[in-house]
Amino acid sequence: MLLGATIEVNNLTKRYGDVEALRGVSFAVDEGEVFGLLGPNGAGKTSTVEILEGLRTPDGGSVSVCGLDPQTSGAEFKYAIGAALQATALPDKMRVHEALDLFGSFYPKRRGTQELLGRFGLEEKRTAFYSQLSGGQKQRLALAMALVNDPRVVFLDEPTAGLDPQVRREIYDIIEELKKGKKTVLITTHYIEEAERLCDRVAIVDHGKVIALGTPRELKQRSAAVTRITVRMAKPETNGALSKLEGVAECRTEADDYLLYSTRVPRTIVALVKHLEEQNNELVSLEISTPTLEDIFLELTGRRLRD
Amino acid sequence: MSHPLSHTWSLTLSRMRLAMRNRAFFFFSLIMPMAFLFGYAELFRRLGPAAMLYVLPMVLALTVMGTFWGLSVQLVTFREQGILRRFRVTPVGASAMLGSSLISNYFLTLPTIAIEFYISRSLFHMAGLGNLLSVFILVTIGIVTFASLGLIVASVTNTMQETQIINQIIWFVFLFISGATIPFPMLPRMVQNVAVYLPATYLVSGLQRAMIEHANLLQLGSYLASLIGCGLIAFIISAQLFRWEAEAKVPRQAKLWAAAAVVPFLLLGVWETVNGDLRSHAMRNLQTIREPYTLERMDR
Repeated sequence: MLLGATIEVNNLTKRYGDVEALRGVSFAVDEGEVFGLLGPNGAGKTSTVEILEGLRTPDGGSVSVCGLDPQTSGAEFKYAIGAALQATALPDKMRVHEALDLFGSFYPKRRGTQELLGRFGLEEKRTAFYSQLSGGQKQRLALAMALVNDPRVVFLDEPTAGLDPQVRREIYDIIEELKKGKKTVLITTHYIEEAERLCDRVAIVDHGKVIALGTPRELKQRSAAVTRITVRMAKPETNGALSKLEGVAECRTEADDYLLYSTRVPRTIVALVKHLEEQNNELVSLEISTPTLEDIFLELTGRRLRD
Repeated sequence: MSHPLSHTWSLTLSRMRLAMRNRAFFFFSLIMPMAFLFGYAELFRRLGPAAMLYVLPMVLALTVMGTFWGLSVQLVTFREQGILRRFRVTPVGASAMLGSSLISNYFLTLPTIAIEFYISRSLFHMAGLGNLLSVFILVTIGIVTFASLGLIVASVTNTMQETQIINQIIWFVFLFISGATIPFPMLPRMVQNVAVYLPATYLVSGLQRAMIEHANLLQLGSYLASLIGCGLIAFIISAQLFRWEAEAKVPRQAKLWAAAAVVPFLLLGVWETVNGDLRSHAMRNLQTIREPYTLERMDR
């Protein structure tokens, strides 16, 4: 456990009837860090974040946010946090600016409605009813509401789930701005791209446990996952020689491409070029893909994130 | 400013705005009471100018009792739609949320009460205004009590459907055996024996006594005390049983707590049965509207 971490989660357990949602989750988030909980649906991400928000009580273990216990610290805790829940819902007939005015009125320190509307691109929708907003606009409003009190810690539970790629990128820009603003952000997601692009550190969660924790780069380096080399050649290979090249763990074909899974990329490439020369063959294209967090998840659990 | 009272006030204003944008709310809080007013006035008017003094309290009581539905049902909708849990991550507490239901109900009901008074006086030439202070206090306490009773139903029911069913049952009892729609003396004796245990009966009777007999607060003391006691207990229990999450079900045992809210009226009902004067007041007050009618007929 890091000393003086902004968020501390220690051996957290939670059970819903027969289902063990959390089985000893531990991690710590430093001040100003964007921390991601990455895992498939039902992994325990939302349970963890909702315990940190004070919405649920843990069965065991302990949590603290800014040194405060979410269950017992009352208003002081609420002033310190902002949250965009997995499904933020507001009354249909509430106007956008009214929502920001209302939620802002609950805090001693608050950001102006006009400023938030401008920042989140909601100026044109200022007087629109909540029911008239698109999914992306609702999500931007949820984020604006999470920041209405200029909190130290922001919890974003699946902030881009179900949104189209363009809206998702808009949300990424907003989160990146929070990062620049040195906010401590805890984000849950099952999108690899989101975790890799936004998070300083990631905890991979599965079946209520943290199965890997580190920066996206560390996780990839630590992984035994192999690099994929996609090769296209002028003449097809049929004798299976590619799978015997140095460093190649596995070779597959996909249409005209050969996919070489290598544990020693430079040596495999040298061996490949030599082999092609010997065979009097030519290289048409070559692409190297490093392992993603998806590959690491697959390696650790034997399943894909979206399974 | 960030204080539980300021939270209550912000929520009150917001919920009033939302209610005013809701057609159903308009119908039940304004159109329906007005329909009752015109209907009753038409029915009783020919009995003489004193009839309006008997009719208006019935309509006022119906309007006040309407707060039983009011914004407490809105809270159940908020809970079911996951709106309440968003408030839970803010410094807003259960009391502010429940308090805003009572206050917004109050401010939304008062204009209807004023319009009913105005129409009775100007259009139906109601003779006099009764004891206005007593009427005002009864209306105020009545709204808080009936809205609190609505909150307690919202607190002990798990789904909107359950809330609607229980509300309908209680509402029909209030409506038909309290004297709000059928004058109390016209109810069968057996029904009257049950009615003396209902808060609605004392609201109707209290308002009629205030308007016809000019009864003061002291004379209505036991009615007012029971209404306050019932409202207070209902509010406290509602705050205790308040749930932010749709999935948080109320324990069956906790539902029994809700029964505590009826204790003041159980006591008043027993007292009324043994040595009360509600029946005699109700009879006398009904006769006040018959007198001009009888005289009119005798004149012919």
